Amino acid sequence: MKGYNFAYLDDQTKRMIRRGLLKAVAIPGHQVPFGSREMPLPYGWGTGGIQVTASILGAGDVLKVIDQGADDTTNAVSIRRFFARTAGVATTTSTAEATVIQTRHRIPEKQLREDQIIVYQVPQPEPLSRLEPSRVETKRMHGLADYGLMHVKLYEDIARYGQISISYDYPVMVNERYLMSPSPIPAFDNPKMDMMPALQLFGAGREKRIYAIPPWTRVKSLDFADFPFRAIRAPQACGLCGATDSYLDEVVTDNHGGRLFVCSDTDHCSERRAGFEEAAE
Amino acid sequence: MAYVAVKGGEQAIDNAHAWLAEERRGDTGTPALSIPQIEEQLGRAVDRVMAEGSLYDRELAALAIKQAQGDLIEAAFLLRAYRTTLPRFAHSKPVETATMRIERRVSAVFKDLPGGQVLGPTYDYTHRLLDFGLMEDTAAVPPAEPIAAAVLEAMPLVPDILGREGLLEPDVRSEHEPRDLTREPLTFPAERDVRLQALARGDEGFLLGLGYSTQRGYGGSHPFAGEIRMGEVSVEIEPAELGFAIDIGDLVLTECQMVNQFKGSKTVPPQFTRGYGLVFGFGERKAMAMALVDRAMRAEELGEDVTAPAQNVEFVLYHSDNIEATGFVEHLKLPHYVDFQSELENLRRIRENAG
Repeated sequence: MKGYNFAYLDDQTKRMIRRGLLKAVAIPGHQVPFGSREMPLPYGWGTGGIQVTASILGAGDVLKVIDQGADDTTNAVSIRRFFARTAGVATTTSTAEATVIQTRHRIPEKQLREDQIIVYQVPQPEPLSRLEPSRVETKRMHGLADYGLMHVKLYEDIARYGQISISYDYPVMVNERYLMSPSPIPAFDNPKMDMMPALQLFGAGREKRIYAIPPWTRVKSLDFADFPFRAIRAPQACGLCGATDSYLDEVVTDNHGGRLFVCSDTDHCSERRAGFEEAAE
Repeated sequence: MAYVAVKGGEQAIDNAHAWLAEERRGDTGTPALSIPQIEEQLGRAVDRVMAEGSLYDRELAALAIKQAQGDLIEAAFLLRAYRTTLPRFAHSKPVETATMRIERRVSAVFKDLPGGQVLGPTYDYTHRLLDFGLMEDTAAVPPAEPIAAAVLEAMPLVPDILGREGLLEPDVRSEHEPRDLTREPLTFPAERDVRLQALARGDEGFLLGLGYSTQRGYGGSHPFAGEIRMGEVSVEIEPAELGFAIDIGDLVLTECQMVNQFKGSKTVPPQFTRGYGLVFGFGERKAMAMALVDRAMRAEELGEDVTAPAQNVEFVLYHSDNIEATGFVEHLKLPHYVDFQSELENLRRIRENAG
C-alpha cells in the first residue's frame, strides 16, 4: 500500500517484535513485554495478533483469518482485508492451504502441520488476572512458579459445583513451567495445543505482551489426579455435516426454543459436506 | 430451515462504511464543515484531541474531529494510529515553561506576585447563559486588549518563589533519560517520568474523576493551585552534526503546579510538596486533575499510606488511557458465541449435577 511499509509496520518495529518472539519461543509460556504500537484497528479487535502476524508475514505466505472458528465473521473479514491491502499476500479460507493462521477464540479442527504457524489474539495474557489484579504480584508468582492460588480456585469450583467452572480460557501449564492463558478458546480446544506440530504465537496488544509455544511442546490443562480435565462440547451432532467430534455453535432458530447446532469451524464443516457430495456422485 | 449462516461479512462492512459516510456528511443542504473552521472555532476540542492523541498538529486534529463526527476519543484514536507510523528524527530539548509567552497565568496562593495575574481567554467568570446571539453570529467581534508588555517581562514560576525559602520541596532532576511509553511497555515500579507521560496522554474524564476523588477524601493531599499558566513555548532540537540548538516550532501548553501540604517524616522536615500537570493546548481542567493525581501517586515515595485508587500507581496507569479503555470495553460487541456456548454447556451441566 502506498505510503506504508510491507504489512503496515515499519521494519524497526518488526525487528523489536521478532526479538520478543524469539525470546518467547525460547521460554515457552512466559509473557514477554513488548512495545506494542497503536494499530489502525482498535484494541480488543486483535491488535496483538495483527502485530505478530505483520512481523512474521513474508510475501509468499498464505494467510487465513478466523474469528469464532469462521472465516466470514466481520472481524475476520476486516483483518484479512487489512493484510490483503497492506501486504498484498494471498489469503485463503482453507486450513490446509494456509501457512499462517490468525485466530480469535478457536483452534481449527484439522490438525496443523510443522510448516504452519498459528497466531492467537489475546485479550488478557495474564492467567492469574482474575485472582490477582496486580501485575507486580503476578510477575512474582510466575517467577516463583507459585500457582497455588489457581489450584485453590479449581478446588473450590469442584467443592461448590461438582466440577471446574471454567469453560473457556482454561489455564494450561506449558512445558511444566509456566502457567499460561490459552486465550479465550473453549476448553474443548485445549488438548489441540499439546504437542502441536505447528508453532503457536500469542499477541496481546493492549496488555503489551507476547508469548509462544514452540512445536512439539507439552501443554497440560490444569487438573487434579482424581479429577482429570474434561473437554466440554454440546452433546449434539452438527446440523449441517453431522460431525459429532467438532465444536458446535448454538443457533437460535425460532421463538419456541428451537436450536440448531452447527460446526463453529466453517472450513471444516464445508469440507466435510463437499466430501459427501463427491462420494454421492 | 430457519437457519441463515452468518455470511456476507464483506458486503455488510462495505454497506456500513457507505452509510457512515452519508451520515457523517449529514444534510447536503447545510454547508460542509471546513478544517480551518474546526481548527479556529472548536479550539478546545482540537486541544483535547491533540493531548489524548499525543500529537501536536492542529490541522490533523481538526481533520480527525471532522472524520469522527466530533467523537473526541475516536478522533484521538485516529491521531494515535497516525503518529505511530511517523519516523523519529530527533528528540527535543526540554521545553522551558519559565520563559513561556504567557496568555494566562493565575496563582491561587498569592494575591499579587511578580508578573501579576493574567486571566487570559477563560470561561471562569462567564455566566453560563446560552448566548442566543451566537445563533446568527454575524456581529463583528471587537479585538481584545493585548497584555501589557511590561507584565510579560517578569513571569517567574511560583514554585521558584516558594522554593527560595525552602518551604517547597526541591524539584529533583531525574538521573536517567526519560523513558517513552509509546516505544516501551509499561513496567513497574513506574517512575515519575513514565507516570507523567501516561497522565499527559490519559483521558481527561478519568483524571478528572480521580483528581476529584482525592479532594473528597480518597487519598487527600490538601492541594493549592500554586500556579496555572498557559501560553506558547519554543521547541528546540540539537542535531549532533550542528552542535547547537535550533528552534523548530512552537507549542501551546497548559501547566499546573499544585502545592500540597506535607507533615514531614523522620528524615524530611514539614514542607510543601509538588503535584505537576502539563498538557498540550489549553487544557486547564486536565492539567489541574493531572497535578492532583500525580501528587496522589507520590504517596508511597513520601511515606504516606496507600489506600485510595488515585494513589495506586498500577490502577491509575493501567486505566488512564482512553484508547486502550475504549477498545477493550467496546470489544465486547464483537462475537463471543464460542465462549458463550461453552458457558451455556457448563451451566447446563452444573445445574444437572445439582438436580
